[in-house]
Amino acid sequence: MSEVLVLVDHVDGQVRKTTSELLTLARRLGEPSAVFLGPGFDAAKETLAAYGAQKVYRVENPDVDDYLVVPVVDVLAALVEQAAPAAVLVSSSAHGKEIAARLAVRTGSGLITDAVDIRAGGSGVETTQSVFAGGYTVEATVTRGTPIVTVKPNSCAPEQAPGAAADEVVDVTVSDAAKTAQITERREKQKSGRPELSEAAIVVSGGRGTNGDFSPVEAFADALGAAVGASRAAVDAGWYPHTSQVGQTGKQVSPQLYVACGISGAIQHRAGMQTSKTIVAVNKDEEAPIFELVDFGVVGDLFTVLPQATQAVEAGKG
Amino acid sequence: MNIVVCVKHVPDAQSDRTFDAADNTTEREAVDGLLSELDEYAVEEALKIKEAAGDDTTVTILTMGPAKAADAVKKSLQMGADAGVHVSDDALAGSDSIATSLVLAKAVEKIGGVDLVLTGMASTDGTMSVVPAMLAERLGLPQVTFASELTLDGSTVTIRRDGDVATEVVRASLPAVVSVTDQINEPRYPSFKGIMAAKKKPVQTFSLADLGVDASEVGLDAAWTKVTQITQRPPRQQGLVVTDDGNGGAVLAQFLTMQKFV
Ligand SMILES: Cc1cc2nc3c(=O)[nH]c(=O)nc-3n(C[C@H](O)[C@H](O)[C@H](O)COP(=O)(O)OP(=O)(O)OC[C@H]3O[C@@H](n4cnc5c(N)ncnc54)[C@H](O)[C@@H]3O)c2cc1C
Repeated sequence: MSEVLVLVDHVDGQVRKTTSELLTLARRLGEPSAVFLGPGFDAAKETLAAYGAQKVYRVENPDVDDYLVVPVVDVLAALVEQAAPAAVLVSSSAHGKEIAARLAVRTGSGLITDAVDIRAGGSGVETTQSVFAGGYTVEATVTRGTPIVTVKPNSCAPEQAPGAAADEVVDVTVSDAAKTAQITERREKQKSGRPELSEAAIVVSGGRGTNGDFSPVEAFADALGAAVGASRAAVDAGWYPHTSQVGQTGKQVSPQLYVACGISGAIQHRAGMQTSKTIVAVNKDEEAPIFELVDFGVVGDLFTVLPQATQAVEAGKG
Repeated sequence: MNIVVCVKHVPDAQSDRTFDAADNTTEREAVDGLLSELDEYAVEEALKIKEAAGDDTTVTILTMGPAKAADAVKKSLQMGADAGVHVSDDALAGSDSIATSLVLAKAVEKIGGVDLVLTGMASTDGTMSVVPAMLAERLGLPQVTFASELTLDGSTVTIRRDGDVATEVVRASLPAVVSVTDQINEPRYPSFKGIMAAKKKPVQTFSLADLGVDASEVGLDAAWTKVTQITQRPPRQQGLVVTDDGNGGAVLAQFLTMQKFV
């Protein structure tokens, strides 16, 4: 069986959920080989093995962390040549998509971004994407080179299947050409104690309707164990950081449950949340377009509805 | 300094965007188009750099697309850019990001002497966010992408890039390819004076032959991926919407419990 390369997304060896999802999907296409860059391999090994990595290519070259995007492309391009994989899977973050983009040009391979499903078909790797703010579903295949696919978080439920995770240290020299955009400073985001927005199973978002007071949104999110998101109006007003923005120019999320509070449902916001499995909205205005999408909606003031719901959820848990 | 801003003409997101049934490409003829809103930020940033420099810095707008795409160039010139380059060729129809980046790279080389290539963070139709990175790969220039803040100091460009887990400061020497986010500035509206002045600004049209690109390298047939099927999502069945009568929060909690989210 051919190898399928999976680029591991991790912070100091803490493997992100998106990687477990990619390993799960990779097993449909072949034998998963994880590609692990940077420090922390010992901490990561167990998770990679649990989700089926047969092999782990390890690169410890510090250049990988010091320069933007390109060193990773150098590593993956070398591995594509060496291992002739059936596909390369990368998670669909802004960073992941740029890596995939350059790798596609570099290796003369077809690129598919933001897949929500992937499988082995008659003519090779087949993918499903959701486009135009979720209005259409597109099935596609790669016709040249090694299929390079970026997959959206929450595209599958991670399933364990033990793999050997045999590690092989790869010695890749990073080209000088890869060292032209230097990362001179890195400020880790403050930890909120909540799940990461793009991979959370539940997201509760607030918009202009919060009028700057996110406390009912946060309390409800905490009762549900959810991440907190925001509309651009709320971000532009300075009420919530841009890294929490959901939408076309923010994060594209597809959680099991999305709760929009005081958000009207503009097309650019929908572009970031329309693939959520279940959608709920709380909005004062019964005409708000967000209600066209919902599985359940409450027409009402978020400042009374959310605290009551929070209390009921907490009582239910108790 | 010579700045080139790459812009795209896209179907209006407010219109009913759809696909051409014959070849599964984005329908561009029947719907209204406009300059991709996310590219306005790149045009604005170029104009700000030009104004701050106060010298003979030029801002050239580069687009690839059918005849209609000239509107995107026009709008950028109205905002204050100096000149336009429009790559147009029947063979380009259906080009994917790989072909687009090839053509844009060749055009940037043809324009020549470029110090800074600016782009938006994504197009509002394809939303892949990959062309800037591909362009840097092809031009062999530093990739300095997703700038939410940009400073130029002589021939050094420094940006702030907000990622999932960290904010990074990235630095490179010019020439470079820089993409900007919608956080970086507030794009201006064309002034009446700008609209009048734009009429006299030069716009060059290049064909593939002018760029030395073979028609077999671009267009739908050259794409390295193939769309096998497109289905329109049935509109989401609207669910239950209740009006809060003092009990809305409790009903919401009940719904979530029933759906096993609690
Ligand atoms: C190029 C471009 C990119 C964009 N990208 C994004 C993006 O990534 N993400 C994004 O979100 N937007 C984006 N936008 C902006 C988008 O068009 C909308 O302006 C924005 O989403 C509106 O945010 P909102 O719903 O919070 O505010 P509004 O549209 O003002 O809606 C506020 C809602 O709150 C309700 N409300 C008010 N008070 C209460 C209350 N007490 N209780 C309950 N409900 C209440 C109102 O009825 C209203 O429906 C983009 C726009 C452009 C042009």
